Amino acid sequence: MSLFKLGKVHVPHRKNTAEAIPVRMPAPAQVSISMLHHIGAPATPVVKPGDKVYVGTLVGEAAGYVSSPVHSSVSGTVKKIEKTLVSAGKEIDSVVIESDGEMTPDPDLRVPEITDFASFSAAVRASGLVGLGGAGFPTSVKLDAIGKGIIKRLVLNGAECEPYITSDTRTMVEKSDLLREGVELLCRFCDFEEVVFGIEKNKPEAIAKLKDVFADMPKVRICPMPSTYPQGGEKILIYNTTGLVVPEGKLPADVGVIVMNVTSLAFLASYVKTGMPLVEKVITVDGSAIASPANVIAPIGTSLGEVIEFVGGTSCEIGKILLGGPMMGVAVWTDAHPVLKTTNAITVLSERDAAPPKSTACIHCGRCVSACPMGLQPTYFARALNISDKREMCERLEDEKIGLCIECGCCSFVCPAKRPLVENNRLAKAAVREYKTSTAAAGKKGGDK
Amino acid sequence: MDKQLVISSSPHIRSTASTSRIMLDVIIALVPTTVMGVLLFGIRALAVIAACVVSAVLGEFLFNLIAKKPQTVGDLSAVVTGLLLALNLHADVPIWQCVIGSLFAIIVVKCLFGGIGCNFANPAITGRIFMTLCFTASVGGGASLAFGKPEVADLTTSATPLELLSKESDALPSLLDMFLGFKSGAIGEVCGAAILLGFLYLVIRRVIHFEVPLIFVGGVFVLSLAITGNPLVSLYHVLSGGLLLGAVFMATDYVTTPITRLGKMIFAFGCALITVLIRFYGTYPEGVSFSILIMNILSPYIEKWTLKRPLGGAEK
Ligand code: SF4
Ligand code: SF4
Repeated sequence: MSLFKLGKVHVPHRKNTAEAIPVRMPAPAQVSISMLHHIGAPATPVVKPGDKVYVGTLVGEAAGYVSSPVHSSVSGTVKKIEKTLVSAGKEIDSVVIESDGEMTPDPDLRVPEITDFASFSAAVRASGLVGLGGAGFPTSVKLDAIGKGIIKRLVLNGAECEPYITSDTRTMVEKSDLLREGVELLCRFCDFEEVVFGIEKNKPEAIAKLKDVFADMPKVRICPMPSTYPQGGEKILIYNTTGLVVPEGKLPADVGVIVMNVTSLAFLASYVKTGMPLVEKVITVDGSAIASPANVIAPIGTSLGEVIEFVGGTSCEIGKILLGGPMMGVAVWTDAHPVLKTTNAITVLSERDAAPPKSTACIHCGRCVSACPMGLQPTYFARALNISDKREMCERLEDEKIGLCIECGCCSFVCPAKRPLVENNRLAKAAVREYKTSTAAAGKKGGDK
Repeated sequence: MDKQLVISSSPHIRSTASTSRIMLDVIIALVPTTVMGVLLFGIRALAVIAACVVSAVLGEFLFNLIAKKPQTVGDLSAVVTGLLLALNLHADVPIWQCVIGSLFAIIVVKCLFGGIGCNFANPAITGRIFMTLCFTASVGGGASLAFGKPEVADLTTSATPLELLSKESDALPSLLDMFLGFKSGAIGEVCGAAILLGFLYLVIRRVIHFEVPLIFVGGVFVLSLAITGNPLVSLYHVLSGGLLLGAVFMATDYVTTPITRLGKMIFAFGCALITVLIRFYGTYPEGVSFSILIMNILSPYIEKWTLKRPLGGAEK
């Protein structure tokens, strides 16, 4: 399908939990539900201390278009609303709920009535669904492209290319019927030319299952992909499954594609049947410090420490806790950090694995260049970042297409000199952003180049 | 939780590749060549190798010490430089010249340019060229074999096969002897078989891409064939001089060759072309070192021309 082979790396798979059926953890004593799970505006709390809530009760209202409502994941009483520091470094409201241990569903939950695209879109919005594969873009916003009639293809992301994580694998194996319902649901509103599942070949069970479930839908193509990293990156997935290239600064919708994570789709299908919003997540708990890796169903807002305890704790001193996998996961500073909507894995690394490697001079070996899936020259960015003249630096970085970097981590992973390439790229992007805003503010041109 | 967790940027795992491991692989790949060199040329070769390696490592160590830079000898790249320089020399080069050449390679060509990764030219090659220019009498000639088939030793008292080739002499060693190393030449240049072993090792360990040596050596063969029309002479050209050693170990140096794969191929072809031009039309009988040095200088430009198009990148 695809003309050129993109850069890639072979990361260890370590899918220890591929066969592990998710276990539901008991109601935690308390949850802390963040108002921000995604890019965009945080939700506004609509409850106050003392309020009685149930599983699925709205606790935070979407504030704006690119925003998503938040629901209680336990039944109990709102204890307080507090400001907490989130991984992005901002202070965000969190609703702290004391659980009564009953997990009573909200009696007012209704199955959404879906008659046309508008009511469907409203339902997706009300479900609180955000992209469960990573960045957590509100799904309703993404699906609105369907309403514009520009979408020809639906690409379902079941690549799950990060080491350790198997929550999407479990979705595909256990919830294939929901995936079928989900595809049929979306097909009601959009006449897709093609629906493609991109799945890495290291999940033969999932591939076989979906081939079976979709055998009678000619529109649906199950596309097994080499088990290399980062097959699950949106632009990479689109290219490898359809051969289409999303141009710089454009969205998949601009080339007629919508990408959805398989777990997101399965959730959507279950939501339209039950009306239960997004309140819990299947989470792979693994990593070098975890004694017995497992898949857990945890209420959103549970502290990471409790989830780790539930699977049997750690086998050695904890060095690092990551939300997500080791390639793109975000390190958190405390195990009190809550589970978010986008949390598909908790990776706990031992002290030894957490120690940052010693970085030495670039030896110009080209490994980062051949590894980069976006065809960039990671080692150049670091060089450009050293230019003292701000203007020259930013022009160089833009010329070298820093904006295309998806922060997948391939370059840092392969670098024998252990250069902090991804970190550099983030700094470089920030520098370019800052330069652009400052020049725009100064009224000079050079803002959009 | 009172323990301090580590916060750092993703990715949180790294591959096992490291600079020192790569350099160690190169050294391992050079072992057969080094051993053959010592076997063929005797203890004198060992002295040259020791002198070059020790002065390269010490030179870098002292430079870092004096310049108050972080110590880098642990990455083993100075060992590689010293070893490669020695293998490019004849066994009877005076030891003091070896020391000077090696120090030049490390300090002038590498350290003064900012250390590993910053030098534009291959230190070993440049060191060898420096020595050829400074000590023409002792470095240019060929050492006799310490032992070997008597008839070969007879034939190759001082003239290297390349010199014989350029004089169209008929006193040439057989092709097999050329391949195994029974000819005169530099310590590490003579035994093609040992170099081939090292090449295979480096390719298997994924330290180098196989194309570069292949294009370099293949290019010399084809171009010689085009000029002479004689496959046998072309084969002699392939097995003569520093071609194999240079193609496998020096044209594949990361620092001084283009970063892109296509660029590396163009680099290799350029080396082949210049080598042949020098060998056939130049005043020096040998062109490998000069060709690599010239291509080192062109390398940044080749790199620029061969950068990959970013996925979805808008035209500039
Ligand atoms: S992090 Fe960016 S530069 Fe590095 S490999 Fe991924 S896309 Fe390329
Ligand atoms: S992988 Fe590391 S050492 Fe190699 S070129 Fe890239 S930054 Fe330099």
